[in-house]
This record gives sequence, structure tokens and C-alpha cells, in this order.
Amino acid sequence: MPVVSARDVDLTFQTGDGPVQALKGISLDIDKGDFVSFIGPSGCGKTTFLRVIAALEEPTAGQITVNGMSPDEARRARAYGYVFQAAGLYPWRTIGGNIRLPLEIMGFSKAERAERVAKVLELVELTGFENKFPWQLSGGMQQRASIARALAFDAEILLMDEPFGALDEIVRDHLNEQLLALWGRTGKTIGFVTHSIPEAVYLSTKIVVMSPRPGRIADVIESPLPRERPLDIRDTPEFLEVAHRVRDGLRAVNAYD
Amino acid sequence: MRSILPVLSVIAAIVALWYLAAVPMNIHQAVTDAARAGQTVHPPEAAARRDLGGWRLALENPGAVAGVFSQARPRLPAPHQVLTELWRTTAGKKITSKRSLVFHGWITLSATLLGFAIGTAMGILLAVGIVYSRAMDMSVMPWAIASQTIPILAIAPMIIVVLNSVGLQGLLPKAIISAYLSFFPVVVGMVKGLRAPEAMQLDLLRTYSASKSEMFWKLRLPASMPYLFASLKVGIAASLVGAIVGELPTGAVRGLGARLLAGSYYGQTIQIWSALLAAAVLAAVLVSIVGLIERATLRRMGLNR
Repeated sequence: MPVVSARDVDLTFQTGDGPVQALKGISLDIDKGDFVSFIGPSGCGKTTFLRVIAALEEPTAGQITVNGMSPDEARRARAYGYVFQAAGLYPWRTIGGNIRLPLEIMGFSKAERAERVAKVLELVELTGFENKFPWQLSGGMQQRASIARALAFDAEILLMDEPFGALDEIVRDHLNEQLLALWGRTGKTIGFVTHSIPEAVYLSTKIVVMSPRPGRIADVIESPLPRERPLDIRDTPEFLEVAHRVRDGLRAVNAYD
Repeated sequence: MRSILPVLSVIAAIVALWYLAAVPMNIHQAVTDAARAGQTVHPPEAAARRDLGGWRLALENPGAVAGVFSQARPRLPAPHQVLTELWRTTAGKKITSKRSLVFHGWITLSATLLGFAIGTAMGILLAVGIVYSRAMDMSVMPWAIASQTIPILAIAPMIIVVLNSVGLQGLLPKAIISAYLSFFPVVVGMVKGLRAPEAMQLDLLRTYSASKSEMFWKLRLPASMPYLFASLKVGIAASLVGAIVGELPTGAVRGLGARLLAGSYYGQTIQIWSALLAAAVLAAVLVSIVGLIERATLRRMGLNR
């Protein structure tokens, strides 16, 4: 059974200028252990669809299940961790305190909180920064801390909304590599929104190409690349071939004129 | 330490201007005193002197200028007169004495602190209500703003009379007038502070299925702290003004307001100015205490880098 299963999902926002159709007829399955990227230009609904999975938005038509439940039930069952575009760490909490936040709300014991904080800090290579405040860390480290926060309560699904969009390319490469390693070790199912073609191809097992107005799926590309991916895989013909397909898919559905 | 010099220069300039201003303000009285003492003054007729400007009269009678700084009831007392009076009525008197400014200051301070506590508590409660209830947002805010457009001097006697008729006298009515002034900045600051968290931070808590009270205690309240402290600094100064104004219409015999009132009844300008200066010093001390608490709290929270 797929982890996320969407059938004909529509979502229309009511705005002051009349209804805006953000999603139209989205049907998609995400299997356990998949790394699925959503790529497309602004306004194609990739973030909106991620928010629908997270029960932060409610579809106006169609069905969607997460772990066989409704997204709302899945959220209450702590099915997913969500990483936002900005790290969004609370400036008044230390790195450790920020990672403890979901654990406090979910009612973990004090001993277990400490243990989990130490574990996820190690996962994102931030051991030793537990008692630092966010402003004492670089942007890349802050984003790693926010990933640690999403991992802390051990959800099976990780939803990431352009988590590295605001970082420079060098940091981004490094974090992409770390993210793949983390995915390999934990076997989580990851939904990842991006607008970078190399990033999507490098990370994903499945690439969902979306197009705007209304937001819909234009193409779903299963990546033939192996799960083990060193950074220089990006220079291989296979990689360039997939990147080419993604670019073609984007070009076909998005008229840039 | 580097900032000492500019600060001292500004103080020196103010003191110099103050002394200078005392000349035209007090010269008429000084010349009259000199004439009574048998000295020749110019012009000799009192009526003619009255029509002359202060500076002009001082130029005509340079010998009388020294007299402007040592009168018993000057229009504008010289700085050293005010400081002497301040010293005499603080260090020079037992603090239980009715003539001690420390005694009067304490009376006003206790009303200020109680009013500040009431005003702050009320301000925070109203802000929470406004942020969480749309009905309160629509209904309370206009009233809060309207309440501040009424001159406090007009409404203070009403509060005193109404509370007196239900048997409340003394400290509490003054504290309520003081709270009336100090709750407003707290409401405005706290509403802004509680609404400071971005949509993303609220969404994050929703992904944890956090309850409304967890959103308040873990996000909205800590996020509002910098705003709260900015408001508290305004609030405590307003509290002091409220407490002093609260002492005026009651014919109070104790408190800095009472000293101001008594001074104006008997033309004791030096007493008025020293009470004013004492109130200013008190306000400065109160605001800096709030500032110190702010710095310590925000540093502990990691918000003050």
C-alpha cells in the first residue's frame, strides 16, 4: 500500500479576486522509502500539494490518504515531520530547545527528550551545538537544525518545502549530500519541493513535474539512477539524461512567453 | 566612559540656559526689592518698570541682577535653589517627616507601583482577549483608544468621587487612575507582540497538532516579550503621571502631587520645582529599573545579542 495516495485532488482558494484553482486533478502514489521531488515554476501548486499531504490545506474535491488515513488523522498520529523554506527556529530557544519543542508538545518524557535530541543532532552533524542559540549558527546549520527538529519524533514521512532554497550553492550541495545519506540510513519516505532541476534529479527516485494555472501534474519521471549517489554522479550521462527529460517536461507545459 | 563628556556638556548647557532664563524672569522683583532697600533704580516708578521687558530692565539696573538668584518666591528659581531645597527636604529631614520629599515620594511611588501592576495585568489580559476573540478585537480596541483621548485631569476627579461613594479611599483610587494611563501602552504593545509570530511558525505548531494553549505559552507569549518590555517602559512613566494627577483633585496632603498643589497655593515656586525634579528623578529610576529587567530577561531568552 502506498504511503501517500491522491486521487483527483482539486483545491480552489477563494480570494478577493474570485476563486483561484491551485490544484486540479492531482493523482499520485508515493511508496514507502521513495524520495519524491515536486518541481515546477512558481504557482504550479507544488507547495500547496505538500501542505495538503500535511493537512495544512484541505482539498475541495478528490481523495487523499496518508498511511491509509485522512491527512488530518495522519497528522494527529504524527505521521510526518515538516521542514519549511526558512529554518523558523525560535530565537528564544537554544538549538536543543528547538528540537525539544515537538517532543514537549507530544508528551515525551524528559529522559527520552534528551536522548532523542542527542540522536538527531548527531544525524545532522550538529553534535556540540545543543546549547547554542540560533543566531550563533550559519544559515546552513540552522536549516540542518530544523531538519533535526522534524526528525526528532521519528515520523515515517519527511515533507520538505524548498528547505535549501535560500542557501548558496556550495552549502546546498553539501546539505543535499547529507540529506541523501540521512535518507539512506533512516529509510524514510521524503516529499521534497524544489525549483532546481539538478537538485531534484540528484536527490529523487521519482520526479513530479508540475505546471501552473491550474496546478497539475505534467509528468512523473522514475529515476533510473542508483540509490547510492556520490556528488559526481551529476556528470554522468544517465544523470544528464534525466535532467534533460525534466527540462523537456517543464518546457512542454510551461510557455514562457 | 566615552559618553560621559557629551552628557556632561548637555547638562552644563541646560544649567547655563536655566540660570540665564532666571534673569529676565525674576528681575522685576529684584529691582523692586532693591528700590525698597533704598537703592537708586531706573526707572524709579514701579508702573514704568512693569511696562519694561525683562532683559531691558536688567540692562538698566545691572546692580540688581545678582538679586534674581536668591529670592524666596522667584518666578523661576535658580538651579542651586532647587537643589538646595531638594537636599534639605530629602537628606535633611527624617523620612517620616511631613516635610520630607522621601516620605511624599514613597506615597506617590506606592500608588504608582500598584497602578502599574493593575494596568499591566489588565493590559495583558485585554491583549490576550483581543488576539483570541474577534468580537473583543472589534469592541475593546476602539474603547481603549477613546479612553486615552479623555484628559486624565478631567476624569480623575470623577474616579475619586465614584470610588469614594462606594467606600474606597486612599491608595486604591490613585492606583486606579495610574492604571488607567498605563494599561493602554501595554494593550497596544502586547497585541502587536502576540501577533508577531509569522504564519510559518504557527503552521509549524499545527503540524505538531499543538493545542491553542500550547501555541500561546510556547510561541505567542515568548515572541511578545520584546514588545511587552517596550510598552512597560512607557507604562511605568505613565503610571507615575497618573499617581501624581490622582493626588491633585483630592486635596491630598501627602504625595508629590500634594506638594505641587501646596506649593502652588502658597506661591512656593522652589517647592514646586523641587517636587517636579523629584518626580522626574523617580520616573528616570523606574524606567531604568524596567530597562535592567528587560535586558536581563531578553539576554536569558537569547534575544539580546
